[in-house]
Amino acid sequence: MKILVAVKRVIDYNVQIRVKEDGTGVVTDNVKMSTNPPDDNAIEEAVKIKEAGKATEVVAITVGEQKAQETVRKALAVGADRGIHVKADGILEPLAVSKILQKIVDKEKPDLVFMGKQAIDDDCNQTGQMLSALLNWPQATFASKIDVKDNKLEVTREIDEGLETIEINVPAIVTCDLRLNEPRYASLPNIMKAKKKPIEEIAASDLGVDVSPRLEQLKVEEPPKRKAGIKVANVAELVQKLKNEAKVI
Amino acid sequence: MAVLLIAEHNNKELKPFTLNAATAASQIDSDVHAVIIGQNSAEAVKQLSELPVVKKVFSVEGAHYENFTAENFAPVIVKLAENYSHIVCSANTFGKNLMPRIAAHLDTSQVSDIIKVISPDTFLRPIYAGNAFATIKSNDAKKCVTIRPTSFDPCESTGGSGEIEKIDASEEFSNTKFIKREEIKSDRPELGTARIVVSGGRGMQSGDNFKLITEIADKLGAAIGASRAAVDAGYISNDHQVGQTGKVVVPDLYIAIGISGAIQHLAGMKESKVIVAINKDGEAPIFSVADYGLEADLFEAIPQFMEELNKLNTIQK
Repeated sequence: MKILVAVKRVIDYNVQIRVKEDGTGVVTDNVKMSTNPPDDNAIEEAVKIKEAGKATEVVAITVGEQKAQETVRKALAVGADRGIHVKADGILEPLAVSKILQKIVDKEKPDLVFMGKQAIDDDCNQTGQMLSALLNWPQATFASKIDVKDNKLEVTREIDEGLETIEINVPAIVTCDLRLNEPRYASLPNIMKAKKKPIEEIAASDLGVDVSPRLEQLKVEEPPKRKAGIKVANVAELVQKLKNEAKVI
Repeated sequence: MAVLLIAEHNNKELKPFTLNAATAASQIDSDVHAVIIGQNSAEAVKQLSELPVVKKVFSVEGAHYENFTAENFAPVIVKLAENYSHIVCSANTFGKNLMPRIAAHLDTSQVSDIIKVISPDTFLRPIYAGNAFATIKSNDAKKCVTIRPTSFDPCESTGGSGEIEKIDASEEFSNTKFIKREEIKSDRPELGTARIVVSGGRGMQSGDNFKLITEIADKLGAAIGASRAAVDAGYISNDHQVGQTGKVVVPDLYIAIGISGAIQHLAGMKESKVIVAINKDGEAPIFSVADYGLEADLFEAIPQFMEELNKLNTIQK
């Protein structure tokens, strides 16, 4: 079984976001960037499946500017076998990314495509489902447990009501929840080894996909600030305020 | 052209957030039609037709719709979409799973998780876990929009009499099989819709100590929440998680106990009307969003809090 794992480069989850003063976006210059956290879970799961002898190859792919390749390199350092970087500049909407991934799937013919359930920058939560629609493959979104059984997967999904278990036939798409596993850290020797693993570069324009944005981002602004509250001295004062001032209990 | 609302239900009744999505749909266009896909869902269909904002209901039933599989739902909606300018659904796990599949089939760029309708083609949505708001204009002919339910009031639930039209079922998608659903049952109000939420964080130190949270929640008729740290530490099951990767809640009162206030937690609760924070670390970020902060050891503060609540003659439920 061959697993393709899509990873995205985003602002590190520990960075406090700053909105640009001109309202065109958020500040990304000199800001720490990392792999989108649930994409790390996706890589980890694919590598674990390979280590368990149930997959033969793990291919990491990213779509984006030159620096996005760092995320593929990181995936190689934690166990992916080779990488693909589809180069594209500017804003890429999930629809465009899923069309690019569809082209790569046609070429690579993986049995499974894994990715994070959502990117923590645009919070769209779309790419996996869109790719599975374009390929007419089954989708298992928000996966917190994956059991590989021959040509089937049993996947436990995190849903609002609790947990749901489904069985999907391969080929299939799985989008990964943070609870799926605990991503490993890359060891220094493995980081060195990863530098020798191949990354194929492909220009998005060579794939014959229209990636032009359909959405216009008119403005990005700071959310309204909450008014500064007060500190109360003790529990009695707190309960009195909730009862008589806020009138919520 | 009209708006098509996708109803969320459990085959017995409408899920409450369908009413919030209906409100958002009606803000896009007053002509709202709705589609409900299920099995033995007559009562839910009737409830949907009684929403005054819904002018017409399409109902389709089939055994392969019983478990809300997106692969089975999407073709029904794609077929109906021809006559609509917008497809609208709640941005909970049902809608998040389903809508992008529809959008891709329609070759349209979805607008996810909107919190405001600015005009029929322009929407406000949070990005970076709510740390920025983006105003997005869609230039697609058909717009697929998911709405954050807690940002819209529920519509009236009775008084309407929308026409119900039965439509044909689509073919079954055979590569996805439902196996089971484990719903967490509780007598308490549902976290997503509760008027009061009492949440515990890593400061609770153990699952046993969450009993203290439970006592207060029982007293106030509140739902129980938790930070991701508390869930990851195994103190409480993950259906209680509030935050970017859990549930977004907007109660009248949110009480955060032993929660430091990581960005990802704040994203899930900072729109609450009144926020109380109890934490022994006076520098904890949770205090920056709290209306009432109490710097105290929670193991002393919680029993006192119960004592003070017991002194009150009445407590709003």
